[in-house]
Amino acid sequence: MLLKSSSLKLAGLLAAIILMLLLMCASVIFGYTDTNLQMAIDAFTNNNGSNEHIIIQMVRLPRALIASVVGASLAIAGVLMQTLTKNPLASPGILGINAGAGFAVVVAITLFSIDSTQGFNALAFLGAAVAAISVYVIGSVGHGGLTPMKLTLAGAAMAAMFSSFTQGLLVLNDALLDQVLFWLAGSVSGRKLETLVSVLPYIGVGWLGSLMISGKMNILAMGEDVAKGLGLNTGFIKIAIGVLVILLAGGSVAVAGPIGFVGIVVPHITRSIVGIDHRWVIPMAGVLGAILLLAADIAARYLLMPSEVPVGVMTAIIGTPFFIFIARKGFNAR
Amino acid sequence: MTISIETKELSISYGETLIIKELDLKIPKGEITVFIGANGCGKSTLLRSIARLLKPKSGSVLLDGKAISKLSTKEIAKKMAILPQSPTAPEGLTVLQLVKQGRYPHQTWLRQWSEEDEKKVNDALKATRLEDLKDRPVDSLSGGQRQRAWIAMTLAQDTEIILLDEPTTYLDMTHQIEILDLLFELNEQKKRTVVMVLHDLNLACRYAHNIVAIKNQNVCAQGKPEHVINCSLVKNVFDMDCEVTMDPLFGTPLCIPYGKGRCILDKAAAVNG
Repeated sequence: MLLKSSSLKLAGLLAAIILMLLLMCASVIFGYTDTNLQMAIDAFTNNNGSNEHIIIQMVRLPRALIASVVGASLAIAGVLMQTLTKNPLASPGILGINAGAGFAVVVAITLFSIDSTQGFNALAFLGAAVAAISVYVIGSVGHGGLTPMKLTLAGAAMAAMFSSFTQGLLVLNDALLDQVLFWLAGSVSGRKLETLVSVLPYIGVGWLGSLMISGKMNILAMGEDVAKGLGLNTGFIKIAIGVLVILLAGGSVAVAGPIGFVGIVVPHITRSIVGIDHRWVIPMAGVLGAILLLAADIAARYLLMPSEVPVGVMTAIIGTPFFIFIARKGFNAR
Repeated sequence: MTISIETKELSISYGETLIIKELDLKIPKGEITVFIGANGCGKSTLLRSIARLLKPKSGSVLLDGKAISKLSTKEIAKKMAILPQSPTAPEGLTVLQLVKQGRYPHQTWLRQWSEEDEKKVNDALKATRLEDLKDRPVDSLSGGQRQRAWIAMTLAQDTEIILLDEPTTYLDMTHQIEILDLLFELNEQKKRTVVMVLHDLNLACRYAHNIVAIKNQNVCAQGKPEHVINCSLVKNVFDMDCEVTMDPLFGTPLCIPYGKGRCILDKAAAVNG
């Protein structure tokens, strides 16, 4: 399935973009309320205030956009983390970043009763940053410096800690449980477009920055010593990657809650299609991440109709077997 | 003698342990210099420090008279290439992709890939005889081919100085000679300064113009192998009794260790000590 030449890769990327756009349309049209393409077009050009038009404009469209943006961001964050840590199992979820951001948001709701979008965002980013830095520091102490194994253990420990804290807070505040639980499972529905708009600048910087450093990531992937020898400022590039991951993962969690598995599954699929050059992997992972989350979200509407499964549960259903497959393939394969 | 690399009162430590202490070393331009010494004497550490992979505790490394701590890492990469010990390429990286990375220090935001880059990459593939293997993934190659691919990357970097940390480790004898011949040719034909760590003393004597023996956190001898290598130096550096004779093919020093073994000469008792 590996596309070898640049023109094939470009064709692949364009095909993926078209598929993404089709799925965005599907996400607007399909669901519990029966609608069709003509209604969707009317909703934007000739809105008559009908139930269907309101649902399309206020519910379905934000949902499609959020699924695309969050899917793309988590997938790119996964690529960045896997290269940074040289660990094929790394992702914002596994390394505790989602859990950290999730905990911060739950603290914001339960302890400080914050419900402004800005406050929500700031805390999600703060939580992501605290988790990322703690995992990095804990993974670096001791003999041998930062190894993939230590980093993964530190991430698993931090993720477990933040999840326990989150659960503890919810037990103490069971009135808020319902409000927070759906968010915690990871969902792209029931969010307002404003939430997305408010984090879009950060996520946009995350996307652009990732594309800009993609060439340097190819050098970093050759190993620390070789990269330094080739004149790459590895200290700077690692910090840049860390900041980009925090922007992308923190922004995603603020909008959609902690959605797992997109960040780990998509980078592997992407590399099997376009190879290992990050100048292709990053844009392709973004588009494929959007596709995966859009598809998972559409499927989540039909799985237990009329009620909906949180999309985070859908990605877990897809992602868990894949995770086991990667783990079995060998930790040392890379 | 023109100086290529110089260290001034260089001290290097690993955590609390001092590895190299106040070392003043001059490495001549256009020659092959080989660091020798017992395991753990700090020869690799010294090479890594010269290559700026390791920050020294104190003192400085000068490249063409300028302190490397004052130069940008990309500037250094245009003058000096380093091949670390047993590097690993990302899974699926092809030989051509690997060699192309060697052009990284010569690229900028504005100038991404030029004809000169293309030419240097082709030259490097040719010099290492990897043209036919250039589309193969590095991880599918044999040990010797893989090492040649990495050397091709450092050649594409087109630097005057090439540092190599144990480039022949894990290779069989044929491939050890192949790699060292390649580096020797590079030095002969292109006047590159080659600095490397080698474990095999006899190969070091054969290929090096300049031997640097390291012991007790400092250099204990430096010079042409035929002037430097003798039984007392080997005893001092490696703590090993040996006989030093002349290589029958090259005339360079040949070190034959004493010890146990299956001696079929009459003087068996003498050899076994």
